[in-house]
Amino acid sequence: MSDILLRIENLRISFGKDDRRVAAVNGVSLEVGSGEVVGLVGESGSGKSLTCRSVIRLLPPGGEMTANRVLFEGVDVQSLDRDALRAHRAHNVGMIFQDPFSCLDPTKRIGEQIAETLRVNVGLDREAAKVQALSLLEDVGISSPERRYLAYPHELSGGMRQRVMIAIAVATKPKLLIADEATTALDVTTQAQILDLIVRLRREIGMSVLLVSHDFGVIAQVCDRVAVMYGGYVVEFGPVADICNRPQHPYTRALLDSIPTIESAGQRIRRDGIPGQPPSLGEIEQGCPFVNRCSYASDACRTLELSMREVGPGHTSACPVTIGSGS
Amino acid sequence: MLNYLARRVGSSVIQLLGLALLSFTLIHLVPGNPVRTMLGGRASPQQVHQVSEALGLTRPLINQFLGFLGHLLTGNFGQSFTFSQGIGSLISQRLLPSVMLILFGTLVALLIGVPLAVVGALRSDRPIDHGIRIFTTVSFAMPTFWSGLVLALIFALKLNWLPVSGYTPGFVGIVRSLTLPAIALGLSLLAVIVRTLRSSVRHVLSLEYVEAAQARGFSTPRILFKHVMRNAIMPTATVLAVNVGFLIGGTVVLEQVFQIPGLGTLLFQAVQQRDYPLVETLAVLSGAVVVLLNLSTDIMQGIVDPRVRLGGKSV
Ligand SMILES: Nc1ncnc2c1ncn2[C@@H]1O[C@H](COP(=O)(O)OP(=O)(O)O)[C@@H](O)[C@H]1O
Ligand SMILES: [Mg+2]
Repeated sequence: MSDILLRIENLRISFGKDDRRVAAVNGVSLEVGSGEVVGLVGESGSGKSLTCRSVIRLLPPGGEMTANRVLFEGVDVQSLDRDALRAHRAHNVGMIFQDPFSCLDPTKRIGEQIAETLRVNVGLDREAAKVQALSLLEDVGISSPERRYLAYPHELSGGMRQRVMIAIAVATKPKLLIADEATTALDVTTQAQILDLIVRLRREIGMSVLLVSHDFGVIAQVCDRVAVMYGGYVVEFGPVADICNRPQHPYTRALLDSIPTIESAGQRIRRDGIPGQPPSLGEIEQGCPFVNRCSYASDACRTLELSMREVGPGHTSACPVTIGSGS
Repeated sequence: MLNYLARRVGSSVIQLLGLALLSFTLIHLVPGNPVRTMLGGRASPQQVHQVSEALGLTRPLINQFLGFLGHLLTGNFGQSFTFSQGIGSLISQRLLPSVMLILFGTLVALLIGVPLAVVGALRSDRPIDHGIRIFTTVSFAMPTFWSGLVLALIFALKLNWLPVSGYTPGFVGIVRSLTLPAIALGLSLLAVIVRTLRSSVRHVLSLEYVEAAQARGFSTPRILFKHVMRNAIMPTATVLAVNVGFLIGGTVVLEQVFQIPGLGTLLFQAVQQRDYPLVETLAVLSGAVVVLLNLSTDIMQGIVDPRVRLGGKSV
């Protein structure tokens, strides 16, 4: 964790026409050390995916990003020209998305899709690409790869397809793997297997991982550090154990409280979650975005200037209130 | 899959039977008598009766229709009234120019239409997209005979680059004689190709696997040609197959304008002469082409898109 691989400073992403632009990501700062697994957690709509996409500058149409810096190995991603950006996407960052089905070309055999990545991005010839693709299929835990090589996406289960996506993402041995809700669409058992796979590949390839989830349980299992996002802001950032044991932001605490617990009957029971709705885009002009759902809120929260405050070693929070430990 | 194919083939046969009945009825309903047209105004009633009897026109209509079906089924198509020739050999003589005109016209439409559709999809709702839409709408609105005449006026009469009309055999001759009518035909087909392809390319571009390919650092041309086109082409192929009937109609007019000795001119003459069996056979055969093309695009769909292939085994 000595070197910093990725450092995002004051990232803003906005949508809409000139005078009606609203920010979906609002001054996010974040860092990922080399070899580190950093989690990004928060309810849906908090800006996790957009933050991930800024790393490869792949925003949805209409989205505009500004940042003081988005440094990847010391180079600002914002300054890359078209070819350099393509090379950055091809070699530095591998990305897996939530829905492994819609991310594969439905008309091409999955083996060919892996081989295509190897031919185009690594420069292997047809033969070598096929051999390498087969061994990648094996690496990601797909049995009888020769047969699966010829399968079309719709012939595979969700877990299998996600393994294929992972094979494609790590085909170029990237320095950073971004997994955006990569396990959300899968059942619990498959979810655990895919997480194990990601962790194993990280070790083997020596890459860093930016792992997005709205499930703190998943984050707590595999991450070194975690950034908690809410309403386009990072509200708390720090070592995962620290944050789990001593959450400093009321939102983090609420999120931790809503982790599913296992009852004696073996049933998964989700507590009611956090009461209320996250703010909609452009709703917050000033103050803390969590104020309407926060049990610690005071009038001062509506006008306060959001800034990260050191609350422990390497642990920062955007809330000026100090909460006692434990939950 | 086999079951599905059998049903499709069955319905195609029924469509063709219906078409045979329709064309038979229509040509018999059109005023005018083939024998009088053939013999001229001065023929006596006895002569007319004699010839009518020889041609089988005195039989009950139902027998005539069954005779026509019999000819279709055996594939010898019978004799033409006006050309003292078998219909089969007549058609095979006239087939090449028409087929070449349709292929050439489609090629022109694709050569112009595919790039326009892709540009329109990539720059949708920008000025260039609107410009393309206006151009294709205008080209669609122009009647083929009119655009044919304008083209002939400019490129044949004014610039002298190509022949005004007529048809010369041989590869160079065919290309030179068919260029202008093929452009006219292609222009009439352009709008439907551009509209269909643009909207399916736009749709595919919005899908997540395109984004995933971008995230992999693939170039835009690679994404377009290796991933998007393959997934976007099928609706356009279907529309093309449906429009073959429209193209055949276009060739009838254009062959007249450019005096090309193809099936279109043959049909025109046959209708003028009330050459019943020839008109009927041409109608059914061109219908068969349309029906067969539609059937084959359905089958092609299964080849291009593995999800359509029914009964695919799970791996
Ligand atoms: N294409 C888009 N157009 C307009 N707004 C968008 C678009 N994509 C995302 N947003 C806005 O940005 C917010 C954050 O999106 P996202 O990063 O996808 O959230 P998350 O991944 O945390 O669920 C969304 O709530 C939405 O309001
Ligand atoms: Mg998301």
